[in-house]
Amino acid sequence: MNPRRLAAIAYKETLQVWRDPRSLAIALLMPLLQMVLLGYGVSLDIRRVPLCLYDRENSQISRELVSRFTASGWLAPGGILPNDRALRQAMDRGACVGAITIPADFSRTLAATGTAPVQTIFDATDSNTANISIGYARGIVGLVTADFEARHAAANAVPIPTVGAIDLRTRVWFNEGLDSRNFIIPGVVAIILGLVGAQLTSLTVSREWERGTMEQLISTPVTALELMIGKLVPYFAIGLFDAAFCLLAAAFWFQVPFRGNVGTLILTTALFTLVVLGIGYLVSVRIRSQLGASQVALLLTMLPTTLLSGFTFPIDQMPAAIQGVSMIVYARYYVTILRAVFLKGGSVEQLAGPIGVLILFAVLIIWFASRAFHKRLD
Amino acid sequence: MLGRIRVMLVKEFLQLRRDPWSLFLLVVPLLVQVVIFGYAANFTVNHVATIVLDLDRGQASRSLISHFAANGRFDIVEMARTEQDVTSAIDSGKAVVAIVIHAGFSRDLGNGVTAPLEVAVDGTNSNTALIALGYVGDIVASYQAETMAMGPPIHGGAAPPVITLDQRERPWFNEGLNDRWFFIPGVIGTLTLIQVISLTAFAVVREREVGTLEQIMVSPIRPVEFILGKTVPFFLIGLGDVLIVTVFGMAWFGIPFVGSPLVMLLSASLFLLAALGLGLLLSTVSKTQQQAFALNFFLINPLFILSGFAYPIGSMPLLLRWVTLINPLRYFLVVIRSVFLKGVGVEALWPDLLAMAILGCGMLALSVSRFRKSLD
Repeated sequence: MNPRRLAAIAYKETLQVWRDPRSLAIALLMPLLQMVLLGYGVSLDIRRVPLCLYDRENSQISRELVSRFTASGWLAPGGILPNDRALRQAMDRGACVGAITIPADFSRTLAATGTAPVQTIFDATDSNTANISIGYARGIVGLVTADFEARHAAANAVPIPTVGAIDLRTRVWFNEGLDSRNFIIPGVVAIILGLVGAQLTSLTVSREWERGTMEQLISTPVTALELMIGKLVPYFAIGLFDAAFCLLAAAFWFQVPFRGNVGTLILTTALFTLVVLGIGYLVSVRIRSQLGASQVALLLTMLPTTLLSGFTFPIDQMPAAIQGVSMIVYARYYVTILRAVFLKGGSVEQLAGPIGVLILFAVLIIWFASRAFHKRLD
Repeated sequence: MLGRIRVMLVKEFLQLRRDPWSLFLLVVPLLVQVVIFGYAANFTVNHVATIVLDLDRGQASRSLISHFAANGRFDIVEMARTEQDVTSAIDSGKAVVAIVIHAGFSRDLGNGVTAPLEVAVDGTNSNTALIALGYVGDIVASYQAETMAMGPPIHGGAAPPVITLDQRERPWFNEGLNDRWFFIPGVIGTLTLIQVISLTAFAVVREREVGTLEQIMVSPIRPVEFILGKTVPFFLIGLGDVLIVTVFGMAWFGIPFVGSPLVMLLSASLFLLAALGLGLLLSTVSKTQQQAFALNFFLINPLFILSGFAYPIGSMPLLLRWVTLINPLRYFLVVIRSVFLKGVGVEALWPDLLAMAILGCGMLALSVSRFRKSLD
């Protein structure tokens, strides 16, 4: 490897990037835009659960319960439904996620057995929202019914419980407020870097073909390895700039708690950037047809990183075969590392596993990429 | 005019047929993605790795632990001996949930004294943590209800009746709370959108780049006819995508389809109109395939994330919720999920259908006018 030739290629490539302000602007501004859009858009928190109420009985005691619910302030505006049709319509249109219904034999059952059911119907089209809403609604119904029960029990002598109650004390570690943003934003950074990186380099060799400069390049004494390194240098700088920007935004703008070590962060980010740029370069050397290259790049980066990296969907809940596939999704390891460094304050020793895999990926991809380029025109 | 469009259509389909590679690229990635999407997109919380520290070792604590073990949601991976074991298991990610039962738990419960039960959860994945905590609450509540029922009779003979209200939940439209039922219809919209936008954008830009656009322009064909000829094949491919993924989702993943196929066809057509419009718009702002590629790449992610596919639109800040209003996928996902699971028709879905129609016509009109200008 000749350092002069290497520097010359890197210099040429940098000039080329610098003198194409449109592409440079895309490379620098797009991550910014994506970070804002995705950072704000990606949240699994369910803040408001619009609840409706339908009193099938309409007796004195059921109306009392209804008034307790109304006073609780949890019902959607216009949430008291007059009949079954209105209930069906509200659910069909999605006007409410859940509907509390008081059965027609409410007061009779209550008088006979002392226990009466209150049923909550949920729109489970969105199963995750429904699942979380059920928890919220249970809390609300529990509060209101406890209040209702207490008022009625006050009239009678309250029996002494003979079995002690369990006082459930839950503690949440690492993400105390259970804020989904703290969980997802580190993943967003990984996704954006993965996309931008692959996009940056997947153009670099095909451009030489397109502009007809490949013949000139082949006629120079440059070797495949020098070409690769020289071409990656300016994009590595851009990638690191984008990474720094995204990580700073995550920590300071979106206020994801940062408990780890900045050195670990820089080291692993550089590694990941290298892997991503290498993949883009490999695609660009291998596939000369741009439509083909774009489809392959899309298939290789976008979907695997969004679906199989654990960015949103937990990998350990996937079937074994899909978990196996996710092992080669390099973004998966960076997502794990980022989360651990941000939320758990993970150190290099604790993260030796994923860091090791990233190093392996980097070595393999660079090795393949450096051998993929041949000085031939056919 | 019809004759010229037909000629154009024949040319497009010939081009497709003579490039078997592109036909392969159309179908195979689609199916691979459906399978991966179908299995990967899942919020279900099962087999949560759980560590238990039982400092009580009494009857009540053992019974409570067996309730956790029998539930199926929690896999007890380790019985810890010390608090230290618990901390290191959660730190290393070996366990997500820790249940700590303090000494005196059984004694207190037997004496009618409230006993604490400590549950720690790794909140890194907030969604999993939240759902797991819900299951913990359920198990503890059902355990308590059981012990209350089995408890000794209240002293002093017949006690006055206690009023209790019994809470029950019934999920409609998806009784089993099956995540796949929610995601697979979404996959149909997402994959179709990605494919149709990129195909359309590339098709026009390629003609321009290869230089065949000029040949077409010297032919008597008019811009509107050209665009129709270009888009009709992709419209048909898009409908084919919807059909393939729907049938695959129903056959492979067993997703119920309770609605009307006609409503589905109508909404898919409106949605494809908008997708084609977006693709054409991309092609008019890109000069080279590379630019089209870059734009396409950057556009798809926000379209996907801001559609309500996985992240509820209601949880986004107001400004972003406005941005989602111009995303055709947002409306199509509402419609397609409702058609699949709720079986509702036009009477409930007309606002979303109308929005897609407006977006589709608007984008097509805009791209046709821009396209005309780019030819002059």
